[in-house]
Amino acid sequence: MNQQQKWIAFYTIIIREILRFTRIWIQTILPPVITTALYFVIFGQLIGPAIGKIDGYNYIEFIVPGLIMMTVITNSYANVVSSFYGSKFQGNIAEMLVSPVPNWIILVGYIGGGVARGLSVGLAVTIVSLFFSNLPIEHPFLMLLMGILTSALFSLAGLINGIYAKSFDDISIVPTFVLTPLTYLGGVFYSISMLSDFWQKVSLLNPVLYMVNGFRYGVLGVSDMSPWLSFTVLIIFISALYIYSLSLLNRGVGIRN
Amino acid sequence: MLSYAPIIFMGLKMSTALAIQSLTKVYANGFQALKGIDLTVQQGDFFALLGANGAGKSTTIGIISSLVNKTSGQVSIFGYDIDTQREQAKAQIGLVPQEFNFNVFEPVREIIINQGGYYGIPRTEALERSEKLLNQLGLWEKRKDQARELSGGMKRRLMIARALIHQPRLLILDEPTAGVDIEIRRSMWDFLTELNESGTTIILTTHYLEEAESLCRNIGIIDQGQLIENTSMKKLLNRIDTETYVFDLDNALASPPEHNALTFELRDPTTLEVSFHKESFSLNQVFDWFKENNIKITSMRNKTNRLEQLFIDLVEGNKGSKAA
Ligand SMILES: Nc1ncnc2c1ncn2[C@@H]1O[C@H](COP(=O)(O)OP(=O)(O)OP(=O)(O)O)[C@@H](O)[C@H]1O
Ligand SMILES: [Mg+2]
Repeated sequence: MNQQQKWIAFYTIIIREILRFTRIWIQTILPPVITTALYFVIFGQLIGPAIGKIDGYNYIEFIVPGLIMMTVITNSYANVVSSFYGSKFQGNIAEMLVSPVPNWIILVGYIGGGVARGLSVGLAVTIVSLFFSNLPIEHPFLMLLMGILTSALFSLAGLINGIYAKSFDDISIVPTFVLTPLTYLGGVFYSISMLSDFWQKVSLLNPVLYMVNGFRYGVLGVSDMSPWLSFTVLIIFISALYIYSLSLLNRGVGIRN
Repeated sequence: MLSYAPIIFMGLKMSTALAIQSLTKVYANGFQALKGIDLTVQQGDFFALLGANGAGKSTTIGIISSLVNKTSGQVSIFGYDIDTQREQAKAQIGLVPQEFNFNVFEPVREIIINQGGYYGIPRTEALERSEKLLNQLGLWEKRKDQARELSGGMKRRLMIARALIHQPRLLILDEPTAGVDIEIRRSMWDFLTELNESGTTIILTTHYLEEAESLCRNIGIIDQGQLIENTSMKKLLNRIDTETYVFDLDNALASPPEHNALTFELRDPTTLEVSFHKESFSLNQVFDWFKENNIKITSMRNKTNRLEQLFIDLVEGNKGSKAA
């Protein structure tokens, strides 16, 4: 395939992925918006005032970036894992496998779909959050960059899950047992400075912490660590998962007999 | 060889469309599905790949189209090796798989256009081509429907349209007419014949032997992972040296008659099957015999499944030779 053909193939996959989740927007876009609105009401209006300020911000303002990030993470992951597993289940993954489209384009296409879902839902939630809080939005470019990188990383993770999944149950195991704990313990609802020394160190092993804080820095200008560290951690994880998932695709794991 | 004329007329050089050497496949569970297949299909051919359920047809097709990893052996498509020149090899093939394998929630036309996209065909061009294909295959009215809303026969035709969007030189169809009604089947035959005449090499599997007989020039029979026959349809049919006719009789017979050149079989007291060697006996002589024996015939027909019997004999013969 020449460059133009590759571009067409990539474009086809990403548009197909975007159409997939927009066609079923009631299942894909609406639920996270409702869930986060509930978070805002409960944590922001009811519990928040009892907690007081963190890093100079109201509790609601402090958790908004984390809640947006949490939505971005779960949605980009869910998008790729269900789309990829679905295409294995229905067999239409073969449409791409018989064609000359290189595996890296398939991979980047799925990441693109996951990022699109992550960002659309993230944007929807951000708009909702503006009704509940006054976000300063200190560094919009950094905010966007963190959003893109985080959704790319979790799209890759979702893809790997989709590759290994043998049943619909398999696609909910990782979100339940890995993703949810990591995000809840990733500083969405608190600053790690509130933890003891030991738990602060343990928290630093959680990659989600770096994403939430990087994004929070973009929105509020405060963070538990330097945004550069967040950026570096993201790039390292993305590279590792990209290489790994490409090798899975090249070997045909889970998709070729 | 008259049927090759259009290709030569178009000034194309004849070449090998598909070459398979010593192909084996052992599935992950240890089952050996292919045990060393050698097969060549020439450009322009209309080739039937036959075999019983589980013989290894779909496995072979899966390997050719890069959906199944082979265990050993070589496969090349128009000279492109599927290991070393996979991209080019894939670009030559259009595949109509045995099982429905599209996203049932996608609209019909979208499925076809997306497939074009994976081959790098610009959307505007894919739109044009899809319009033509959908019309040819009688799906134009359904173009906006979700694929799950199609009937079984329409789904098969959708997969044919999808396989042709990039105008492949080799079209492989794995049981394309399974579950398709007689009328549509006939029109599919016409469609495929036309496609073949315009230069597309076609490989088809089917369990309807009359389909293979009316469409295909050459034939391969796979049995238990081995190619047990690879010949032209004409030669194969020539091998059928006995003719069998079914006669309905006016008066009932108690037992089948005896004759040294004719074999009789009584299906019921008034239905008699008569078989004889084409070379040594003629239908005229059969009528003479009925006359001599004062047996009145009310009607007569050719027993239709002659190719089926040959097929069964070949497969049985293969089992026999293995048991020996
Ligand atoms: N994924 C798989 N794992 C293990 N064995 C398999 C697998 N796929 C096919 N087989 C086995 O390989 C053999 C050949 O199967 P294949 O699908 O190639 O047959 P076929 O000739 O296409 O049959 P049919 O006419 O029923 O479609 C069968 O015994 C089948 O059970
Ligand atoms: Mg089959």
